[in-house]
Amino acid sequence: MAERCAVAGIGQTKYSAKRTDVSMAGLVREAALRALEDAEMTWKDIDAVVIGKAPDLFEGVVMPEIYLADALGAVGKPMMRVHTAGSVGGSTAIVASHLVHGAAFERVLTVAYEKQSESEATWALTVRVPFSLPLVAGAGGYFAPTIRQYIKRSGAPENIGTMVAVKDRLNALRNPYAHLRMEGINADMVMASPMLWDPLRYLDACPSSDGACAMVLTNEKNAERVKNPAWILATAMRSEPISFPGRDEVSPRAGRDAASELYLEGGITNPREEIDVAEVYVPFSWYEPMWMENLGFAPKNEGWKMTAEGATAFDGDLPVNPSGGVLSSNPIGASGMIRFAEAALQVRGQAGEHQVDGAQVALGHAYGGGSQFFSMWLVGSAKP
Amino acid sequence: MSEESLTVLRSPVKLEYTFTAGETSSRFLRGFAEGKILGRRCPECEKVYVPPRGNCPICTSPMKEEMELAHTGTITKFCIVNLPFAARQIEIPYVSASILLDGADVPIFHLIQEIPYDQIRIGMRVEAVWVAPDERIPGMESITHFGPTGEPDVDIDLFEDADA
Amino acid sequence: MREVALVAFAQSPSVRQDLRRNEVEILTPVIAEAIRWGGVPRKEIGFTCSGSCDYLAGVPFSFVSALDAVGAWPPIRESHVEMDGAWALYEAWVRLQVGDVDSALVYGFGKSSVGDPRDISVLQLDPYYAAPLWPDSVSLAALQARALLQSSGYTERDFAEVVARSLRDAKRNPNAQVSGDFSPDELVKARYDVSPLREHDCPPVSDGAAAVVLAAGDLARKVCERPAWIAGIDHRIEAHSLGARDLTKSPSAALAAEKAGMGKGSLDVAELHAPFSHQELILREALGLGESVAINPSGGALAANPIMAAGLIRIGEAAQLVMDGSAKRAVGHATSGPCLQQNLICVLEAR
Repeated sequence: MAERCAVAGIGQTKYSAKRTDVSMAGLVREAALRALEDAEMTWKDIDAVVIGKAPDLFEGVVMPEIYLADALGAVGKPMMRVHTAGSVGGSTAIVASHLVHGAAFERVLTVAYEKQSESEATWALTVRVPFSLPLVAGAGGYFAPTIRQYIKRSGAPENIGTMVAVKDRLNALRNPYAHLRMEGINADMVMASPMLWDPLRYLDACPSSDGACAMVLTNEKNAERVKNPAWILATAMRSEPISFPGRDEVSPRAGRDAASELYLEGGITNPREEIDVAEVYVPFSWYEPMWMENLGFAPKNEGWKMTAEGATAFDGDLPVNPSGGVLSSNPIGASGMIRFAEAALQVRGQAGEHQVDGAQVALGHAYGGGSQFFSMWLVGSAKP
Repeated sequence: MSEESLTVLRSPVKLEYTFTAGETSSRFLRGFAEGKILGRRCPECEKVYVPPRGNCPICTSPMKEEMELAHTGTITKFCIVNLPFAARQIEIPYVSASILLDGADVPIFHLIQEIPYDQIRIGMRVEAVWVAPDERIPGMESITHFGPTGEPDVDIDLFEDADA
Repeated sequence: MREVALVAFAQSPSVRQDLRRNEVEILTPVIAEAIRWGGVPRKEIGFTCSGSCDYLAGVPFSFVSALDAVGAWPPIRESHVEMDGAWALYEAWVRLQVGDVDSALVYGFGKSSVGDPRDISVLQLDPYYAAPLWPDSVSLAALQARALLQSSGYTERDFAEVVARSLRDAKRNPNAQVSGDFSPDELVKARYDVSPLREHDCPPVSDGAAAVVLAAGDLARKVCERPAWIAGIDHRIEAHSLGARDLTKSPSAALAAEKAGMGKGSLDVAELHAPFSHQELILREALGLGESVAINPSGGALAANPIMAAGLIRIGEAAQLVMDGSAKRAVGHATSGPCLQQNLICVLEAR
């Protein structure tokens, strides 16, 4: 009953610590123009605009769709702004896809961004009501205890995190947009970096980046004139409360439920075999093995084996984050959409140097909050 | 006039907020001023939440039943932090942990002190250390940290999903 | 398009400042009431979407704690917009169009008393060229009001008449914050806040929340005797640069109304989200609302303005009149941004 939806154009900006060469408007336009060019469309062809980003405290601009209407050619069009914490880049793409699936509009521009250099990201993340105890020194401080639980529960060897940290930065060397491009990155470098929140070292953690990512989504009729569109096979979102008795924070049920619905809708019965490449939201190295389990690629307590045996490496049987992932570029509000867009790039054969050969089905994944918000999609080169 | 073009504009902003803790939080915070850690029990799920919430996040039943919790508990997870602590001077590295107080079903966050950081483990028994009674305020800072009780470790079953 | 209707609407009485309850405590009974009236069991709701604003609340991720009021277990399909709940309703309507879920819970909430909404409004503006000058929402609205006075036949007394009618009607609305009998002649004698606007021409500062349940097709018919069917819903945005717009007109409201098919039949009621009195006049013209349409029987945003819920409340109030049989066809409008920059129109009808 739902209309089919495809990714017709993709655009990204160069990710870096501080984009002082563009304003916020310039940043989003850079990505949007590239997506339009890729789709062989102009602003006039777009029916609706959906933007997404993380908390406005990261830039100090409240409800920026109001300011960005001019920059994104949205005058006279519907425009919305999604905010679902860290998963927002993914949710934004999904909301945009609903406009097409639901036959409300035919050609939708979706953009996710963060220009966090304009405010103070650490401050923005720790602003709180005065009557709560400031205990968590950064996002890593929140997730590190859960990682320790995973290590204890799974018996994973201590070097798994380092392996992921190296792998993703090596992949980033194949991605001209990536923020961190660390030639010669190896395990010794990671182990030599300062320990921040045991077991996470500096190089186990994501950078803070400015950047934007955009996609043009179209219905089937409009996808016909697009060379190799990426067809959306399925989308899923789930949320759960941040704390309740017996909550499994290592492999949250919201993530597992979202993945189950995704595979059901996408006709996947064996994700490990049937998915060719995965762009997964890994902001801290140890989250790769944890998400491999949560996404059903590996049985409980065995996700680390995929990393250890090289399955998730660029030349492995299920490459994870060939783009370099969040560990290499992290404009917070955009990171989810970058995962979704990179998955689409793969099945379109447009990933250039980080193209995984023969990728036909790809997963894009994002999460946010206290591992409580999950958004994910499956894209494929064949029309569903 | 300088040849350089203007690329960065500093625009300071000051906004003042007066927050409302809310009924449930207010009672919880006032408890600290009296040296108490207060929780609430869900009448349907029968689980005890600390910090207490107005209604159960699982079944949304209002949680009215309030009780005092023990000041002892078990570490369920922790990490060793090497970044300076925002609120006060603490030696780095320090340990922040989730502590399941005896009688509670949800852990609270706090600092662990009085033990070398590399000796801390999941399952360790700890006890709240309070500031002097006349220095207590309506806030979690009335407890400076949790320290080891010396009891044997507990084998803590961490992962059971709440039943729908 | 799939048939979707509002089957329940609940709101909290708006107050100047709720010192006792935080946002979640205000929201919880509102959601509980909407679920009760909606007739769809909480665990069967297919999709949940909310609207709120971090800067209004003074903390990032402020929407997260509201999940306690929803009962997100087992995990739910849930999303959020950093916009008035009216846009969360739009997202939920779109979600139901996809066809795999049949019901949605939508809510909007905010405590405007926590910060200063006038100061916060400045941060919505272009951060490089406009915001540093610090033109707040009242000043910009006054700019628009002045332009309206100079370009049209409207007078300050016309503004006062909007206020007088709104606050008189608000006497019948138990959820209104401000109400009473005021004569326009007395109102125009009050001193200016920012000329030509007086304090009564501006919205009150309000703490409040609202929630709505949507249901599709047969489910709506099953749970509700007289669903308020969404005959059309659309929203449009205009240019941000104030100099690029004719502030005395609202082309985006007119366009949204056209796309939503508002003109396809006569209207009994229009609930317009006009936080400033003169904006009602602009919207009436843009929407072509004649004398036969009752405007803001709830009192509108001049009687209560819980930011992030106020637009959703307009749609809810209009829907309520359809659900209780007093209206056959109604429109709810919501606005966002300075001087009516963005507008949403929801056309509701009895079938």
